[in-house]
Amino acid sequence: MINEKKEKSKWRHFVDWVNGEEVIEKPERISFQKINKKILKKLFQKYIWSERKKAAFYLIMCTFVCVVFIGILLHTVSALPYFGSSTNPASNEVVQRYIESGVKETGATNIVTGMILEYRAFDTFGEANVLFLAAICVVMLLKKDKYNTTEKQKAEQEEEKAFDTEDENIILKRVANVLTPLLFLFGIYVVLNGHISPGGGFSGGAIMGAGLILYACVNGQQKAQRFFTYKTFLYMNVISLLTYCLLKGYSFFTGANHLPDIIPKGVPGELLSGGLILPLNICVGIIVMCTIYGFYALFTKGDI
Amino acid sequence: MTAIHYIQNIPFFSIFLAMFGGIVTPLFGNGKTAQKVNLIIVTLIGILSAMLLAYLWQKQESFTFMMGHFPAPWGNELRAGPLEALMALSFCCVMALTLIGGGRFVQNDVLPEKQNLYFVMMYLLFGSMLALIYTNDIFTAYVFLEINTIASCAIIMAKGTGESIVATLHYLIICLLGSGLFLIGISLLYGITGHLLMENIQQAILELVQTGEYAFAFAVVIGMIIIGISIKSAVFPFHFMLVSAHPAATPASSGILSGLVLKSFILLNIKMFYCVFTIDLIRSLKITNVLFLFGLIGMVVGSVCALKERRIKHMLAYSSAAQIGYIYMGLGLGNHEGMVAACFHILAHAVTKAMLFICTGGLMEASQGKDSIHSLRGAGHRNLIAGIGFTIGGLSMIGIPLTAGFVSKLYFATATIYSPQKMVITLLTLAVSMILNAMYFIPSAIAIWSPVDKNANRPKPSKAMQGAIGVFVALNIVLGVYYDPIIDMIEMGIGLLG
Repeated sequence: MINEKKEKSKWRHFVDWVNGEEVIEKPERISFQKINKKILKKLFQKYIWSERKKAAFYLIMCTFVCVVFIGILLHTVSALPYFGSSTNPASNEVVQRYIESGVKETGATNIVTGMILEYRAFDTFGEANVLFLAAICVVMLLKKDKYNTTEKQKAEQEEEKAFDTEDENIILKRVANVLTPLLFLFGIYVVLNGHISPGGGFSGGAIMGAGLILYACVNGQQKAQRFFTYKTFLYMNVISLLTYCLLKGYSFFTGANHLPDIIPKGVPGELLSGGLILPLNICVGIIVMCTIYGFYALFTKGDI
Repeated sequence: MTAIHYIQNIPFFSIFLAMFGGIVTPLFGNGKTAQKVNLIIVTLIGILSAMLLAYLWQKQESFTFMMGHFPAPWGNELRAGPLEALMALSFCCVMALTLIGGGRFVQNDVLPEKQNLYFVMMYLLFGSMLALIYTNDIFTAYVFLEINTIASCAIIMAKGTGESIVATLHYLIICLLGSGLFLIGISLLYGITGHLLMENIQQAILELVQTGEYAFAFAVVIGMIIIGISIKSAVFPFHFMLVSAHPAATPASSGILSGLVLKSFILLNIKMFYCVFTIDLIRSLKITNVLFLFGLIGMVVGSVCALKERRIKHMLAYSSAAQIGYIYMGLGLGNHEGMVAACFHILAHAVTKAMLFICTGGLMEASQGKDSIHSLRGAGHRNLIAGIGFTIGGLSMIGIPLTAGFVSKLYFATATIYSPQKMVITLLTLAVSMILNAMYFIPSAIAIWSPVDKNANRPKPSKAMQGAIGVFVALNIVLGVYYDPIIDMIEMGIGLLG
């Protein structure tokens, strides 16, 4: 028995291995090796493969890989068809129809909007979902909970809240309070005119989001929370995305089954035209605004 | 006016139902309602997919579905054949069972106020996988691949602990590498072909190959797209993201991640082979050989690493890497039979690995949450159904007859006959890898069943989990015994793809 304690029998090793107590990776426990592997490893690390050399090796390899990759990509780009030339493979019947009959078929004078919200609306639905998903992900990660906030941080934030009432930046506040409504107006204009002039839901939403951020930045998040809370954020996001989903679902269903479409296209160029494009643009605008502001609020304070 | 063809609307309905579920879920107050609604929607999609599969299998055809008012090169398009429908059906099954079985782990691991958000991720992940299965347009594929990446990171992160956040970062970086390569590949491909619809790209590519124009750019494109997707499906040198992700995530997430998410990328790769680049071209450019090589190395390296592991979740993660190696080996054989075997292995592995993760969760729960194999001793007695599930899953991974793993290995072995120059090495590696599989699964099974005192505390496994594992086991055995019709469907599906 004493013997067994000192040197395990082979059977014992096997049993241990089966039980997961031993790995066959450590053969020195099984065979009688004279050379001490640990010392060998230390010497090896000291003289041949030190940490510094390792770091240098990684650095060199990284640079090498990057340079090779850049070289390949540059060579590829130089071999690509010349940008904007009329003989490009990309100038084919697809683009032709977008340009020639885009206005007639979608009712939007802004061909790009017509393309993303009518011809390829499924992709845009995916993109809107990406934004929604990203916002929800950040909420999941950063919204204050017992894992990501310590007691000390909580206390500090409470303290900040108490003192965060008035300060001297009067000029900044006045200017920002004038600017915010203007930014909102401009954003709403861009969203509403998305189908008749450059712009649309994505750009207009970004402008409105910037307005919200400016307001929250200058006046403190508490003031912004009076009209834009987590609940507002969630409901606005969900309702706009749901509207998008239902409207587009209807449109896809009628289109694919060749059912008559009851939504009028209107006269191209007027505000109320373009069929579903206007409501979809509004939905996308709201989603983008909420997402942008949500990111800002969550990254700074961990709450909306 | 033509009558509405409801069956053809099923792919569109399934994707939109899943997305719809994801969008409304934040409104539910708690995770339990969210989970119930999720289950109903996934089951509904499963029934729809089963109908679609039955219809397509009978008719022996595939169809395209116009998304919107404009036909394909202008608008978006979905495509469904027997292979797509079969995959959608099996994804629904695995998704539903994993969520039933792993529901309690989600409730324990994720904070109550964030549980409904977890299910948002699940829905959108599921919707994106369905879209990746059905899409016929490479840009749509990219958009949903993006959703897939974000959502899969989120389900790893859901636990909220430091470990899980580090694992998410690791996973995210490697996933973004893959997406980035794929996106650059797509934009270059659009530059040289001028199309995004798979069929039109294929025609343009065939012309390009004949004229020899843009040969270098084309080689770069094909490399980037295939490598990008392969990285995302955790092929050999990139399998380390799994090893950090699985132990840190809650068991339901691990099951979905290993069982479904990686598979959806492999399916995209198969679509790329058949619908975009044509299989002959892939073979003549020797891309299959590269995938074959990495598949083989992955099989052996994954298994050896798993053998060294003493923590059970790490072991399963390495085993996943090895199984992905099997699938890539099948693709790399470059013949029709290899593809069929790979597709069957996708199903077999999805069913088995999801079950293994759920069972491991149950076993760990019965052993105070410790994850070393040593501390799991006797866990099978404490949680009987999880122990049985783990054992059968292990047997299936090894490839014992009557289980799903056996059939796929059988078909891999027969597929080698059609690629004589790769035959010897494939068979040898298969044998070695099977022995390695046995060497790490059998000891852990013995450890689980080794007798210990039975008075130790035993948490009662929930009924839902017992049921889910029971159905998983049944599915595994059904796949292992009645595999003929499934192989038939896969063969027909691949035949219709290209």
